[in-house]
Amino acid sequence: MAQRDDRGAAQSAETSSGPRLVLEHASKSFGSVRALEDGSIELYPGQTHALVGENGAGKSTLVKILAGVHRPDSGRLLLEGRELRLHGPADARDAGIAVIYQEPTLFPDLSVAENIFMGRQPLAAGRRIDARAMRDQVEALMQRLGVPLDPSRPARGLSIADQQIVEIAKALSFDAQVIVMDEPTAALSGAEVERLFSVARTLQDHGAAVLFISHRLDEVFALCQRVTVMRDGRQVFTGPLEGLSTDDLIRRMVGRELDALYPKQEATRGDVALSVRRLTREGVFTDVSFDLHHGEIVGLAGLVGAGRSEVARAAFGIDRRDAGEVIVEGRQLPPGSPTAAMAAGMGFVPEDRREQGLVMDLSIARNASLASLGRLRRGLFIRDADERRLAADWAARLQLRYAHLSDPVSALSGGNQQKVVLSKWLARRPTVLIVDEPTRGIDVGAKAEVHRLLSDLAGQGVAVLMISSELPEILGMADRVLVMHEGRLTAQLSRQEATEERVMFAATGHTTTEVGG
Amino acid sequence: MSVTVDRPEWEAAEERSRRGSHLVEVALRIRELGILLVLGLVVAVTAAYNPRFLSAQSIRDLLLNASIIALLTVGQTLVVITRNVDLSVGSVLGLSAFMTGDLLAGHQGLPIVVALLAGIVLGAACGAVNGAVTAIGRVPSLVVTLGTLYVFRGIDFGWAGGRQINASNLPDSLLTLGSGRILGVPYLVAITVVLVAVTAYVLRSYRSGRELYAIGSNPDAAVLAGIPVGRRVFAAFVLSGAVAGLAGMLWTARYGTVDATAGTGFELQVISAVVVGGVAIFGGSGSVVGAALGALLLSTIGSALVVLKVPSFWQQAIVGALLIGAIALDRWVGLRIAAALRQRSIRSGS
Repeated sequence: MAQRDDRGAAQSAETSSGPRLVLEHASKSFGSVRALEDGSIELYPGQTHALVGENGAGKSTLVKILAGVHRPDSGRLLLEGRELRLHGPADARDAGIAVIYQEPTLFPDLSVAENIFMGRQPLAAGRRIDARAMRDQVEALMQRLGVPLDPSRPARGLSIADQQIVEIAKALSFDAQVIVMDEPTAALSGAEVERLFSVARTLQDHGAAVLFISHRLDEVFALCQRVTVMRDGRQVFTGPLEGLSTDDLIRRMVGRELDALYPKQEATRGDVALSVRRLTREGVFTDVSFDLHHGEIVGLAGLVGAGRSEVARAAFGIDRRDAGEVIVEGRQLPPGSPTAAMAAGMGFVPEDRREQGLVMDLSIARNASLASLGRLRRGLFIRDADERRLAADWAARLQLRYAHLSDPVSALSGGNQQKVVLSKWLARRPTVLIVDEPTRGIDVGAKAEVHRLLSDLAGQGVAVLMISSELPEILGMADRVLVMHEGRLTAQLSRQEATEERVMFAATGHTTTEVGG
Repeated sequence: MSVTVDRPEWEAAEERSRRGSHLVEVALRIRELGILLVLGLVVAVTAAYNPRFLSAQSIRDLLLNASIIALLTVGQTLVVITRNVDLSVGSVLGLSAFMTGDLLAGHQGLPIVVALLAGIVLGAACGAVNGAVTAIGRVPSLVVTLGTLYVFRGIDFGWAGGRQINASNLPDSLLTLGSGRILGVPYLVAITVVLVAVTAYVLRSYRSGRELYAIGSNPDAAVLAGIPVGRRVFAAFVLSGAVAGLAGMLWTARYGTVDATAGTGFELQVISAVVVGGVAIFGGSGSVVGAALGALLLSTIGSALVVLKVPSFWQQAIVGALLIGAIALDRWVGLRIAAALRQRSIRSGS
């Protein structure tokens, strides 16, 4: 107790006291994959520290080490100068470290109050839970946060923003001194982001050390004082944000010029390949119309939950549609039939390759040939040799790195798995290809290869619709950008018109000028 | 920093809809009330046909018939809440029934408390096997307990070897436990009620109880919240086994005749009762009171059909229909509640 008082006194005396939490040279491998090579970070009381880096740079692994979810293979963690060993999430909590994840992890069936106090409920006589005290404390917390959430309502049905508020209330309830926010704004609207920021600033002003992880660099500049940039599992830069520009950060994150990452070639735009007319699915998306021409890549941008994947799924016939039509090469597609969509020349690379794109336990060859079985069939049977020939052919073209074609795809890295999904569809020689988050969770090198491949396909006349949550990818690759917000198209921008600001503007619900589809 | 927005027109609309369907909603949401309603209906219809259905003796029989299944639902509910299932309860009951019977028949003068404890310990040991393989071995409990369902029954058959234990070999004190009463209430019913009440209280008001719900509601979040998930799941299985062991001993006390087949097929009756009683089969919600009432409802329907002279083969079809009805109702209520909660969060959110 005395120790904590000392700490508070020292902190008010001088803000430039030592760091509260230090992670030194942490590394972590999962099997043969090195997720984190050399992760280091220093968090100071009363400061908000940004952690930026591309997907796969090792941010999440670092966060999970701070959260006590992963134990680092090497390196150490210091709290107030003393070594801290975390054996689980409960240890991190007891040490005063709170983590707010992008997708909060609440118990939907339990009340808001119980979610906040799970495992630490205030007790009355006989170790019974003191429900009233718990309710009162949560009410006080909500008042402090300025959010009118009813403590006794279940967590089910809360918006992502409110779920994060519950997580923050949890952090406050155990007086967390270190608060880690892992991409908290990814799914929030503008007003919700503002609310979160004001809460974060309050925490910081009360002396908490805040670690803020975001892909949105404008937010980083708005909220943080210091920044650490990570690339390929290493810390490549750390220092004050003052004096840095967005370009400086991006250069450090990417480690190469943007042109190399997004090798979009100019392609001649041909006839309309796919035409989506007034597509509607009640409660999901409304009145979505666009054309996709041969030889162009159209980016579909928007926040998580805007309905992008849902439009793609309905256009391909996986989900039903309530109204509207889908026309491929001048012919109407019947609703709800992926088979018809495939026959018409469409291909669809889904968002979640592990769940939807691949059969993880099957071999590379089996996965690659999965969409072409009809073509491979001879009589009643499919010959292994044909299957292997097809897989080997595409593996060579896509520069797939593998040991044996008979290995299960689960043995491949994320980038190579994505190449298998792509080869599965490319083997059908589609004329319209929809790719949903084609580079999510794959490393920078593999990403550039996927981009080059998409660009080549467009060059050969394939019409590509690319859904992506990474703005640089959209801006770097797309000939045209469609933006969705809450189930509606809010903008169609040409490559020249599309800037980060304009896309974000439309993605948060502002309609902008339209260009001819 | 306050962001509440005044939206009187929404308030008014909600107020209107609230007044109309409030009562129905409450009845549907509080599952115990809904079951009592259906139970009342079944009893009323049957009593109208034959008033003797409402005599004290008849009611006592109804409660007594339900008590062993109701007892088993207590343990099963603990397991189901954690998003697991225990299919071995019928076999554990059978094993315990024969073992306690054998023990008392073979050692005349042995206090029945010893047999009671032996049954509970045996059941807990069986539960520990289920729990260890599920929690430590990370094998789905459906598979584990399906396996132990046969293993425990096999041990039972091996032990019994075709023998049967009859009431004449059993001490009177045991048979008194099975058929006697305290203040007009059969012992078995009293034991069940006490166990249901204690478990309900622990599940409601103790951390370990709330943690079972948390585990079933979101297992990953439970780990992040620092809940010892493995230990809690293990404990739930041990308790389910212990309750089944106790139920086995009481089974012997009630029927007086035991062979190796006691309790065969009980697992499905127990799970039906739990589901009808409003415990979510994927964990996270439900109560032991509801589950026990579910058991009472199912066994009362069985008795009512006899009184109403409905051919007995209809009984299974009716129980099945009720089960599907209960799940459909759950789904419907769940969707309505989710929609209502989303509305509330829009209203109070930013």
